[in-house]
Amino acid sequence: MTKSVVRVAGAQGFWGDWLEAPYRQLVGGPVDYLMLDYLAEVTMSIMQKQKSRDPSLGYAKDFIPLMERILPELVKRKVKVTSNAGGVNPRACAVAVAQAARKLGLAGKLTIGVVTGDDLLPRLDQLLASGHPLANLDTGRPLTDVRAKVQSANAYLGAAPVVEALRQGADIVITGRVTDTGLTLGPLMHEFGWHADDWDKLAAGTVAGHTIECGAQSSGGNDLADWGRVPDLANVGYPIVEARPDGTFAIIKHPRTGGVITVAGVTEQLVYEMGDPHSYITPDCVADFTTIQLKQKGKDRVEFSGIRGKPATDKFKVSCAYFYGYKAVGTLVYAWPEAYRKAQAADRVLRQRLKDLGLSYETVLTEFVGVDATHGPLAGAPSPDLAEVQLRVGVRASDKAPVERFTREIAPLILNGPPSVTGFAGGRPKPEEIVAYWPALLDKREVTACVDLVRV
Amino acid sequence: MKKKSKPKLTPLVAIAHARSGDKGDTANVGLIARQAKHYPLLVKEVTAARVRRHFKGVITGPVERYELPNLKALNFLLHGALDGGGTISLKTDAQGKVFSTALLRMQIKVPR
Repeated sequence: MTKSVVRVAGAQGFWGDWLEAPYRQLVGGPVDYLMLDYLAEVTMSIMQKQKSRDPSLGYAKDFIPLMERILPELVKRKVKVTSNAGGVNPRACAVAVAQAARKLGLAGKLTIGVVTGDDLLPRLDQLLASGHPLANLDTGRPLTDVRAKVQSANAYLGAAPVVEALRQGADIVITGRVTDTGLTLGPLMHEFGWHADDWDKLAAGTVAGHTIECGAQSSGGNDLADWGRVPDLANVGYPIVEARPDGTFAIIKHPRTGGVITVAGVTEQLVYEMGDPHSYITPDCVADFTTIQLKQKGKDRVEFSGIRGKPATDKFKVSCAYFYGYKAVGTLVYAWPEAYRKAQAADRVLRQRLKDLGLSYETVLTEFVGVDATHGPLAGAPSPDLAEVQLRVGVRASDKAPVERFTREIAPLILNGPPSVTGFAGGRPKPEEIVAYWPALLDKREVTACVDLVRV
Repeated sequence: MKKKSKPKLTPLVAIAHARSGDKGDTANVGLIARQAKHYPLLVKEVTAARVRRHFKGVITGPVERYELPNLKALNFLLHGALDGGGTISLKTDAQGKVFSTALLRMQIKVPR
């Protein structure tokens, strides 16, 4: 029988989010699913690197101890999990979770669904050769321009394989590059029997997913609307979708938690990373954010209705990561009096030295933290009496050598540049490899999602 | 007196809130009216051209604007805002997280 209400709890908004959130979402009140989103745009390339060093890695390692902690309660409460923690190696991630579950005495009590098929790296040359240019969505350049430097290539799968894994009886669904929204929409399609062409309902589930995919950003975190009055952020409750079969839903949080659920705060999350609001494109549908109706229905409850969707496109978005070059950022802190002028003088000395050494960079960027780092010239002239200013200089180049040399030009300024300088305890900055993001589109026909099960 | 009926210059931060994020080298800023009565004012005053001028010297590309009357919100796409964006960018705000607050500095005419 179809449930009348399904609750999907946002429990991680990115790889590195609050480790306490999943457990608190699980035990703080009734929920049916925990949704844990781990993948940002270039996360896959980091995981690909880890996998190339050790074929049993390539997923969000933090996910394993986190699951270990919640598995007994998860089984007891019959709560399911959807997560893209699998990264570029969902199967290895599932095996590691299964091992942890067996150690906890949960053998025979859990089934893990594994979603793969998003990884295009092994087929990349074949795809390019057969007329799929994977042109950069921002610049139009064909991927062949950087082919030799490509480190990962993944199609963004949607909710469909998540639904299939749940249909086959998975309690925990571990995926590779499935969209953040698909991890919430999948459970709703499965529980309510929504069809793959029920565009309005799919759009509603997508909006629900978007609202909770960044964790507490819709429940009082990073909330500019009224931030000084958000209660008890130390104890913040993460958002929960309380969905109904007709596609309406509420965003709520557990009782006795901090934070706040308001129309203003939820609206901030809705416009976050928004493009054209008429066409929020996912693999599952195209959601129209201009149709969303919000209503505050009591404390910490915002109701969503009216959401309309359009048919999905015939393309998957593809995210590639490629080696771009090197960068480094150096900082020094200058103290009153004339802190800003000293920092400016130090910047001039540094740039002169880089020039005299004949070093060339794609970019040298100077910011004065405390003066213009976040608002640039919009910040206006600083107070002449600033207590301190941080000089922050970044360089970027295709070769490592000039970046390496730059990192050795910061410390000398302490003794041979302008006075009253400190804040260098961290030592010399380190050159960092830049792995850049390459968004593209690919015909859906070229990608087949796979679902298999790991029984604990 | 003529002076009395003049609209007052008010910073957006007094009547709106905002959140921003990134897509590659593009920052998006969602600008939200605190009260429904101020939304038409945002539509009229905070045009794409005006926002482009506001961010002169900060962004290198054009500005697009979308209207969301249902949310009392405008969404702006600021192209060429993030020094290449994401991992390439050398900026403190490489992901455009606080571009929202830079827009809230804009002064608009609010009728008294």
